[in-house]
Formats: sequence, C-alpha cells, structure tokens
Amino acid sequence: MAFVTEQTRAVLAGDARPRELGLWQRGLRFAGQLPVLPLAILIPFVLVAVFADAIAPYDPTEPIPGAKIFEPPFWLEGANPAALLGTDFQSRDILSRLIFGARVSLIVGVMGTLVAGSIGTTLGILAGYLGGWVDQAIMRLTDAWLALPALVFAIFLATMVGPSMWNIVIILGCVLWTRYARVIRGEVLSLREREFVKLAEIAGASSHRVILRHILPNVVNSTMVLASLQIGVVIIAEASLSFLGVGVPPPEPAWGSMLADGRSMLMVGDWWLTIFPGICIMLVVLATQLMGDWLRIRLDPQLRNL
Amino acid sequence: MGQFILRRTSYALISLFILSVTIFAIVRLTGDPVTMMAEPGARAEDLDRLRAEWGLDQPYPVQYFAFAKNVFMGDLGKSFNYQMPVTTLYFQRLPASLELALVATLISFVIGIPAGLISAVKVNSGWDNAGKVIALFGLAVPGFWLGLVMILIFSVWLGWLPTSGQGGILNLIMPSVALGWYFAASLLRLTRSSMLEVMRSEYIKLARLKGLPGFIVISAHAFKNALIPVLTLAGINLVVMINAGVIIEVIFAWPGIGRLLYEGIFQRDFPLVQGVVIQAGIMIVLVNLTIDILYAYIDPRIRLTK
Repeated sequence: MAFVTEQTRAVLAGDARPRELGLWQRGLRFAGQLPVLPLAILIPFVLVAVFADAIAPYDPTEPIPGAKIFEPPFWLEGANPAALLGTDFQSRDILSRLIFGARVSLIVGVMGTLVAGSIGTTLGILAGYLGGWVDQAIMRLTDAWLALPALVFAIFLATMVGPSMWNIVIILGCVLWTRYARVIRGEVLSLREREFVKLAEIAGASSHRVILRHILPNVVNSTMVLASLQIGVVIIAEASLSFLGVGVPPPEPAWGSMLADGRSMLMVGDWWLTIFPGICIMLVVLATQLMGDWLRIRLDPQLRNL
Repeated sequence: MGQFILRRTSYALISLFILSVTIFAIVRLTGDPVTMMAEPGARAEDLDRLRAEWGLDQPYPVQYFAFAKNVFMGDLGKSFNYQMPVTTLYFQRLPASLELALVATLISFVIGIPAGLISAVKVNSGWDNAGKVIALFGLAVPGFWLGLVMILIFSVWLGWLPTSGQGGILNLIMPSVALGWYFAASLLRLTRSSMLEVMRSEYIKLARLKGLPGFIVISAHAFKNALIPVLTLAGINLVVMINAGVIIEVIFAWPGIGRLLYEGIFQRDFPLVQGVVIQAGIMIVLVNLTIDILYAYIDPRIRLTK
C-alpha cells in the first residue's frame, strides 16, 4: 500500500483532523492574494500623508526664503536645487505642498466616505427593516437627493456653509450617501425574510437588537465594497471643490487648489504646476478604485456587476 | 397606466418638495441672507429695511410658502449682481450648455458604445482588457485635469486649438472631450454589462442555433436590446452634463450654466446660486419622470411592479 500516505492512513483510522493552516501560513496565503499594484501605490501615499511633517522639506504654507516664484523642477534649466519640484506663485515649495496635499486628500476621501457610508447604511437599514411610511419617507428623500448632481449640490452647500476641510468632509458625506441607502435597503428587504431574522423576532428580540445583531453584520460587506469604490469619487469631488475655491481654503495645500493656482501659468507653458498635482490625484484614485474592485470580488461576488 | 403615471408624478412632486425645503432651510440656517446682500458695515436700520423688503422678517412657514409659490410660478428670484431674474439668466445660458453637452454626449457615444460592445463580444480577451483600462482611467482621471492637460498640449505646445471661449467647431473639441470623458467610461461599462446580459439570454442562443451568422446575431438581435439601458443612461447624462459641467465651463470660459453658477459663488450672489440649483433639480426630476413614463409605456412589466 505504498500509495497510501500518512494522512490517508490517519483518515482511514478515523482520527484525522482536516489539515489546518497555522496563523503564519494563513497570513502568507492571504498576502499572496493581495493586489500588488494598488497597494504599491497606496502605501507610499499613506505613509507620506502620515509622516508629512517629517518628510516635507519646507513649510507648505510659507515661501522658501530666497527662492523665486515659478521655479521649474530640478531637471530643467534654471532650477533651484533647494526646491526639487519647483515653486509656486508665492515661491512655496511644490513638493512640500504635494506631500501635505496627500494628507488633505486622504483625510477627506476616507472621512467623507465614512460619513456618507454611515448615513446611507443607517437609512438603508431603517427603510428596509421598518418598511411602511419610514421606508416611503427615506426613499423619497433619496429620490430628492438624486435629483441634484452631486457636485452641484456640494458646491451649493459649500458656498452656503463656508469652506474648511471638515466642512467639506461633512458636505460630501451628506451629499453622497444615496447609493448606500438604495443598495442596503434592497439587501435588508431580502434579509428580513430570512429565517434567522424571523426566528430572532419570534424569540422576542427587539427591532433594535435584530438590526444591530442580525441585520447590520450581514450588510457590512456591501457597505465596505461601496465605500472602497467611493473613496476615489470623494477625492475627486474634494479636488473639484478646491479647484473652484469652495473647498479647502488657502493657504492650506490641497491638490485641487494647486491646480487652480497653476492654471494661470499654463498659458506660458509652466506645465509642472498642473501636471504634478493631477498625477497625484490620478494615482490615488486609480489605486483606490483597483482596491475596491479587488475587495468587491473578494467579499461579494454578487456585486460584480455594480 | 394612468395609475402608474399618477404615482410617478406624485413621487416627482414629493421629490421637488423635499428639495425645495432642503434648499430653503440651508439658505436660512447657514447665516442671515441679508448680511450677504448688504454692503459690509451697513447700518442696522438698512438691514431691517432689506429684511422687510425680501419678506425675511416673516415666520419661516410663511417665507417658505411665498418661496414655493414663486418657484411654482417660475420665479426664482432676482440676481443681486445682474439685477435680472434668475430664470432669464438661466435660459440665456442654456443653449451654450446644451451645445456643449450634446457634443460631449456624442463623443461619449463614439468612445463608449463601440468599446463596450467589443469588450462584451470578445470578453476576457485583450480587447476586453483594453476596455477595462479605458473604463478605469475614465474614473480616475478627473475631466477637468484632462482639460488642463489638453490645453497644455494642443493649445500651448502645438498651437492647434483655441484655449477658451465659444466659437467654431475648434472651440468645442477640448471642452466636450473633457466633459464627455467620464461619461464615455460609464457608457462603456454599461454597454459591456448590458451586452453580456443579453448574450446570455435564450433568444440569442436560439438565434445562434438557427445558424445565423455571429455578426447578425450580435448586431440585429443582441445590440438592439442591450442599447435600451444605455440610451436611458445617456439621456440622464445629458441633463446632468448641462447642469453639472461647472469646472469644464470655468476652465474653457464657456458661457453656460455652470459658469453662471461659478459667477454666483464668487460674487456671493446667493439668489443666483439658489436659483440655478433649484432649476437644475426641476429639470432632472422632469426628465426622470418622462423617462420612467416612456419606459412604462414601452414595457408593461414596469407598470405592474410597485
């Protein structure tokens, strides 16, 4: 019986357990499935944003002493070796502004998504689980919200409330929650008919308890998938608001306002003022989008067509 | 059918009601509109006079009723800056935005539909991957940044296209590509998923079994049905583009509605901002209502589901 391995023998003997992976092995297996490209882009950006104070060569809001305005990046003629990627219209260091801009973009992207996700998921669960007039009210609210293009709505709110980074977080959260509400409501409608929910209700659990213990854990995956796909949208929305002057106020460095600052010099060919912040936005959004796609396929195959 | 129209129309009216209450509340809650209207440092008597003149000394429900009545009668107030009714300004700017949005829609068709079609027909091939890359970049590259980069390349470096303003066909190229860019990507994804869904259906299998050539199955049988959701999306996109092309219109100095909104923001012209936002909401609600009813007319299944 040479073909019977040790393991088969153990199985035949009836005392075998399925081969279990150790923590270390499971960790390795998980790491092997991680999306390499998006992480390779995102991790550096996150590190730069977190340690901006240590990395940035200059204060992003103050001119570099002795530097001229609109100095080109280091490889071009006439560059100032003190400012690697050149200077802007107030002779501030572009590299430092990009570095601190990463912090603004990521904070707004993540926090805005968090606010939107919390509002939308809560409303979606309430509408789906409670039904009746609550459902009607929430769905009509969602319709009304969808009637305005998100950007126009956000511009309107930002104009009225006044610009600041945290205002933008709240505003984008309050504008972009509708998708969660719709998707989550749909899921809750079918969850509500499932047996484990029915049984919990029969056992006398309060709606509060059913929602928190039985419904919420089952919609968290969808919320996470939607959220990961939305971070990029929020980042672009923040950049758009900042570009229009109703986002993160100057002198705070935000990629969108850097694009606005560089616009006047585009005509004379000072391309670096426009290209660098744009590439940063593009890379971060691209990476979050790829991350979201990966998460979607991993967590919930049903959402693949979203 | 009559019942369906009635229900949808009442939903649309409820949406408009919620929208108007929201906008009304935000304007009142985020500060005294009178201080925005008056010169800084105006006397208290002048402020009171202004308040009485605009009816702002009335209780909120009375104010809302007056506001809603005016909106219903097509009176969106008067712009401080232009000293003209907002509705007049809106409709003066509408043709320019419509022109831009139509060309942008055309561009999104030309890019999105063929690319989505090829991706679906040659699913999981190199073509499909190329389509995925286009879709990804459509989301990740902000349209306004694409606009800036195009200005840099085609106007500043090559000198082929005019940078801004309305005029001949040459003026239209860059703004419409920048505006249509994102929508091309979304049409691509929708065309692809819609085609894939249709291709799986029974009647396509039958057509193949009958021995029809693949080309005819795809073009005459599958594509025609897959196009329905795509055209719906395009219709909604068109209205969104008209009202939400703010940044593109600002970058290319395009005299449309988006630019009007931008001027309103910068001059703190709050009736103008409020009016444009409401007008956008009304337009989108009406178009959605029309599409819903048309759909129900074509497809009886929609009429019968609640």
